[in-house]
Amino acid sequence: MENRSVNGLKRRDFIKISALTGGGIMLGFSWIGCSSGKGKPVTLNAYIKIDADGKITIMAPNPEDGQGVKTSLPMIVAEELDVDWSQVHIEQAGLDTKKYHRQVAGGSGSVKASWDPFRKAGATARQMMINAAAALWAVSPDKCYTANGMVLLKDSEKKVAYGALTTRAAKMPVPKNITLQNSGTFRLIGKRIPSVDNQAIVTGSYKYGIDTKRKGMLYAAMVRPPAFGQTLKSFNDIEAQKSPGVEKIIRIGDKIAVFGRSIWEVMQGAKKIQAEWQSDVLLESTSDYLNNFKALLIKGPDDDPKRQDGDIKKAFSKPGIRTFEAWYEAPFIAHNCMEPMNFFADVRSDGVELYGPTQNPESICHKTAKLLGIPEDKITVMMTRMGGGFGRRLMFDFVEEAVLASKAVGAPVNLIWTREDDMGGGYYRPMCSYQYKAAVDANNNLIAWHNNSVGVTGNASRPNNFPAGAVPNLQVDAQDYKSPVTTAPWRGPIHNFIAFAEQTFMDEIAHGIKKDPVAFRLELLEQAKKKPVGKVDYDPDRYAAVIQKTAEMAGWGKPKDKGIYQGIGAYYCFDTYITQIAEVLKQDNGKIKIKKIYCAVDCGILINHSGAENEVEGGIIDGIGNALYAEITLTKGKPDQANFNHYRMIKMIEVPEIEVQFIKSNEHPTGLGEPPLPPAGPAVANAVFAATGVRLRTQPFIKSGLFD
Amino acid sequence: MATYNLTINKKKYTVDVDPDMPLLWVIRDFAELTGTKYGCGIAECGACTVHLGDMAIRSCVLPVAGVGDKEITTIEGLSENGDHPVQVAWKELDVPQCGYCQAGQIMATVALLKQKPHPTDEDINDSMTNICRCCSYTRIRKAIKLASEKVTGQVLG
Repeated sequence: MENRSVNGLKRRDFIKISALTGGGIMLGFSWIGCSSGKGKPVTLNAYIKIDADGKITIMAPNPEDGQGVKTSLPMIVAEELDVDWSQVHIEQAGLDTKKYHRQVAGGSGSVKASWDPFRKAGATARQMMINAAAALWAVSPDKCYTANGMVLLKDSEKKVAYGALTTRAAKMPVPKNITLQNSGTFRLIGKRIPSVDNQAIVTGSYKYGIDTKRKGMLYAAMVRPPAFGQTLKSFNDIEAQKSPGVEKIIRIGDKIAVFGRSIWEVMQGAKKIQAEWQSDVLLESTSDYLNNFKALLIKGPDDDPKRQDGDIKKAFSKPGIRTFEAWYEAPFIAHNCMEPMNFFADVRSDGVELYGPTQNPESICHKTAKLLGIPEDKITVMMTRMGGGFGRRLMFDFVEEAVLASKAVGAPVNLIWTREDDMGGGYYRPMCSYQYKAAVDANNNLIAWHNNSVGVTGNASRPNNFPAGAVPNLQVDAQDYKSPVTTAPWRGPIHNFIAFAEQTFMDEIAHGIKKDPVAFRLELLEQAKKKPVGKVDYDPDRYAAVIQKTAEMAGWGKPKDKGIYQGIGAYYCFDTYITQIAEVLKQDNGKIKIKKIYCAVDCGILINHSGAENEVEGGIIDGIGNALYAEITLTKGKPDQANFNHYRMIKMIEVPEIEVQFIKSNEHPTGLGEPPLPPAGPAVANAVFAATGVRLRTQPFIKSGLFD
Repeated sequence: MATYNLTINKKKYTVDVDPDMPLLWVIRDFAELTGTKYGCGIAECGACTVHLGDMAIRSCVLPVAGVGDKEITTIEGLSENGDHPVQVAWKELDVPQCGYCQAGQIMATVALLKQKPHPTDEDINDSMTNICRCCSYTRIRKAIKLASEKVTGQVLG
């Protein structure tokens, strides 16, 4: 469909070429003029290195946390460059705000934001190879074509490898007009390509941040306030000082850093510190939050609604209507990255080196500069593959600790959190509560919808979520609850719970008016398409297609074996459409077993089939595990759970069969880090209702007694 | 502090450490083999799984004093170039997401297949209790089955 020329790069746009030592060229692409969502110009960059010996290196500038971008983004470049994937080397790039754009793992945005610039980067380099070969053979460039890292001359035996063209290409002007590959004939995109780090991972040779060890480096453990809202009053480190392997103990603000030669020894030393903590804020428990949230929802917000279509007050007071109401509670939950937080920092007088697992290199550079009062160009940031991110590694706290610890002790430091530090403090998914109300008229049309929300977060709602756009009177309210508990984005922020509330509430309405839950959603989407109300973020046709596909996969509505029931969750977030149908077995003892999840995905053009499928399967299981088991409770500000013996994680035995299909699409590709997770919880909860008549309204579901 | 002579991946190491130091940290910080990972420190997650003889153990709770003269195998000692059938299956099926827990998953699988070369789904459920936070469980299960074919194929072939 494409095969289009990319013209009109503005005069200020430039492509830099620099000769590498020993021959070869490095292409730095910088497009100014590609507009961001807000209409501001943004600069997009990528790097390709082609050595004279033929080695092709594609840089992976984005942080990799298991979402697969270290493989999928270079695939885009390789496709356009027209090289054999087996010829290509992938290199992780460090933070460089001048060369690269959006080096962040968040908002499922890497693929979406990189698609155009990475394609252009590959295609421009390919054109340069063609132009160089044409000059070499003294022919017109249109007589040349490429295949597997070679330029070939039409109607001739002549061919030349990219590596042999680099010196010549580096001296020639950079082409303005380039041709992108036709999406119909992609050789690499859409295929199953294994992760580029697999060999290092399966042999144990990959060095994660926690494995960083340098000459003269000290390990550091940190003693932190045990409850949110506490500060350090005093401490006694006599025993800790005597602990083997402990070399230094330094107070840093309200924390105490213990330095030493090995990780376990500093962790042991930290345990021996006797600290006294104080607090001048109220230390709340889980029950306080629940009660206060409820009171706030009843009181209603002081601020304007986040979204307002029509007039819900009027709609809810109409005669002859039928109303629905339900309340939902989301607990705090921990991110629980398998690799506990850690970071390496070397704060020297001439500059700072930061090295480790971060989703947000640009932000940690910026914040470190501010923290130390030094310019950003004195700071280097290199990212390691993360042992999980899930939003936790968007935060700065653990980097800040490493920076301050290195500065205080005057040596390079690898600061490492214990699991107890990681789960029992730090940052959580915000605790939230929701009240949903809806009204249907005498003809069973959904005429009013009200979402009233509160949480330890700026905005606990997602105002433009479906069914917004399909309901004439709709209002979304949100209240922020101030708390000393620090919260962070957690895989599919807010979506990860609100999908459960919305999709089960919708199911409740459908059952209440005796409509099939799939048909009910499709009718609403039809409504949003024909008579859209207010802003409609989603494409009703794509949304409906994914629902229909999943229903077809699952045999929705068809007779099932005894004890088998189904429920649906159909959700749209981060520009990706995903529907899941859960199939559960009601066992003889009344307990529910999740047997299978059917899932259809529309993420536009699929880049790496293997990575995408892995991400979707993982997201579904993560969604089920967290909906079923996850909860952090607080007693006077102190988390009651700090390790996996008190915080259940989903394991192999609970994992259902999963069937995933991707909708064939030519739409712009979108991300998959987050969207597969939200629909899983509601799909299971709606299947539980179908099986038992019980409506789940809080997480974790395990508390219902319906699961083992 | 006390001196311990350990055999890790057929190589001898002498370490002078606290007798209570868990084997995990001796392997990581003193033998400098960092493929074995720390996840929880209480034998719940399995990221630290190594072999003591033929047995898969969670090295984060075994004090170095309790190792005795048994040989220790870590992920680095499984094969020269990552060509153990379980590693090959992991690569073929592209199992890892973040990859952090996978050394432990692989070591647990190798031990399982030694005991049960043809594990049933129930065997896999019962023995594979390692946590994968990315939830790559579907592919781990497939890879165990593929590795089983490779292992038995080799034995028979």
